[in-house]
Amino acid sequence: MLVQCQPLKEIYCTGWGVAAPLLEVKDLYCERDDKVLFENLSFQLQQGQILHLGGSNGSGKTSLLRILCGLYHDFEGQIEYFGLRLADELENYHSSLLYFGHQVSVKLGLTALENLTWYARIQPQLDPSLISKALSEVGLEGYEQVLCQNLSAGQRRRVNLARLYMQKSSAIGHSLWILDEPFTAIDKQGVQELEQHISAFAASGGTVILTTHQQLALSSKIQRLNLDDWGTK
Amino acid sequence: MNMLKKQLMPKWFYQMASPKWCYKITGQLLPIFGCAALGLLLLGTVWALLFAPPDYQQGNSFRIIYIHVPSAILAQSIYITMALAGAVGIIWKMKIADMVAYACAPIGASMAFVALITGAIWGKPTWGSWWVWDARLTSMLILLFLYFGVMALYAAMGKPSKAARATAILSLVGLVNIPIIKYSVEWWNTLHQPATFTLTEKPAMPVEMWLPLLVMLIGFYCFFATSMMLRLRTEILSREKRTAWVKELVTKSSVR
Amino acid sequence: MMRVFWAELSRDLLLAFRHKGDFLNPLIFFLMVAVLFPLGVSPAADFLAQIAPGVLWVSALLATLLSLDNLFKSDFDDGTLEQLLLSPESTYMIALAKACAHWITTGLPLALMAPLLAVMLFLPTQAIATLVISLLIGTATLSLLGAIASALTVGLKKGGVLISLLVIPLYIPVLIFGASAVQSAVDGLPVTAYLAILGAMFALSLVLAPFAIAASLRVSVSS
Repeated sequence: MLVQCQPLKEIYCTGWGVAAPLLEVKDLYCERDDKVLFENLSFQLQQGQILHLGGSNGSGKTSLLRILCGLYHDFEGQIEYFGLRLADELENYHSSLLYFGHQVSVKLGLTALENLTWYARIQPQLDPSLISKALSEVGLEGYEQVLCQNLSAGQRRRVNLARLYMQKSSAIGHSLWILDEPFTAIDKQGVQELEQHISAFAASGGTVILTTHQQLALSSKIQRLNLDDWGTK
Repeated sequence: MNMLKKQLMPKWFYQMASPKWCYKITGQLLPIFGCAALGLLLLGTVWALLFAPPDYQQGNSFRIIYIHVPSAILAQSIYITMALAGAVGIIWKMKIADMVAYACAPIGASMAFVALITGAIWGKPTWGSWWVWDARLTSMLILLFLYFGVMALYAAMGKPSKAARATAILSLVGLVNIPIIKYSVEWWNTLHQPATFTLTEKPAMPVEMWLPLLVMLIGFYCFFATSMMLRLRTEILSREKRTAWVKELVTKSSVR
Repeated sequence: MMRVFWAELSRDLLLAFRHKGDFLNPLIFFLMVAVLFPLGVSPAADFLAQIAPGVLWVSALLATLLSLDNLFKSDFDDGTLEQLLLSPESTYMIALAKACAHWITTGLPLALMAPLLAVMLFLPTQAIATLVISLLIGTATLSLLGAIASALTVGLKKGGVLISLLVIPLYIPVLIFGASAVQSAVDGLPVTAYLAILGAMFALSLVLAPFAIAASLRVSVSS
């Protein structure tokens, strides 16, 4: 199957000018506890785009993000990655995906350095040689050897966010960041820097989906989608 | 992959995936299996209790095998059905298969329970005690535990779709383990127990004895089919309650 | 493929080393349960010697059972489990690494501590080597099978008792052959056949269990 898919993907990504979108969602339907979160939801995500997912609490933002990650399967509809069924392409897809969930996703019993080393090993899209640079970018210089249980909540989140600064630049056009409330517990200065980093990533061809309740200063190519419009009240 | 799978399976396989179609077809099959179960069980019971000859060693107390053996066989084949239905549900993402697996579990557990109880009742006059660590009884007890595990896991998981996948994995693991458990229990039993005559292995059962047993066995299978379909139909209705066809069905009382 | 195995194994071992309760508690539990038998049944040496193989094996099994609850729990709670499942690397290897780390932190110390308890329960000395070997192989199988149940219940609030319910039927063959191996060593009979069967069960679960663990983890994370 893989042999069959690969050339197709080449066509879509490089040649012919008919670039299939990085992600295409068709007629997505999802319900939870007998409440329809969204139905007939369709959208496309082109390379280099930033999609800001809006909606009130409980509108299904996190569910949608987890569906797009391939973590949640209780939905109907189609998701395509470069024109191919996402479910068949998970291995390729996951090797270009970085996901930030609600949870802090760092081990409190490990140091910042150990956490990121582990991440670089399980997620090959991360470059281990960038760890110390990434830590100083998120303002954790000098905290490399501190156990995460001794860091503040904001600092713990910054350890996780340091992954964004370890992205290998080689396949940036395929990369997708899915960020669920990335600015939680981050101070004003940090939010600003992070926004700049995200738009720089998008400018160099990376793709981002994020949710946040903060006002974004980001301007470039931002697409908005409000989930309140797609479900039943 | 999926395209490939689709071409491999015949059309009815995919029709079955539709809850509506499944509800309709089980509605037609239900009276057939129900009548067959009733008829066969009645015939088998009368034949077994009144006309089959008594055992030369155990006298009349052996007649309990006409309940014990079919329920023991059913308990095992229902487990296999449940695990295979769960596997189909996982591989082809077929909701109906999930519901079949769900419908099977309590029926299988009660069959295992009946087999254990009848085994105990039979044990009293034969061995002189209600419970003996006989290999068959012990592995039936473990089978009952496996059913308990599946049912407890299903109950603990909230969402039906998630519960179905979790229990399918568990019952498949159990399916791989059943022969290992059976073998090890039998082996353990021969190590610890002097050989004694068992409930089912008698020197060459005469035809007059096993023919009613066969009737009872088929009757039990029909009974299982009936009760499984009843549970399945209830489950279909409750899970599909938001669809148009169920609403129509419920509001039109004339539809059976 | 091996890289992700070592990454996961070394992380788990480092965490267990820093948080020593994880592997000390099952050991202490093992000791305490084994002490209950002389207290509850009889301290007579010849009687204890007779039941020692079974008691030691049952206690080791219960100690393993107790530790299963924590196998995936902390990873699930802090979100690193879903990050593991988002890795493009093989989930089979990840599942295997988790089970392997569990065995190193519970099964291995249990097997190494067993001779001490064997002496306390008057197990004849000629059976001690068999006890250790059977526990080494057997607890590895217990870790692999237990990881399936642990993975299935990790998302549930009250998974603890449920794990036992799911896993005890699966543990029975291992218990039968493990205890029988020690028993026949006590009786001076050959034990190779028992150990071979334990090894076969280990090999089977080594090949198949990681698939079930990985699939169960996917189910548990999807909520």
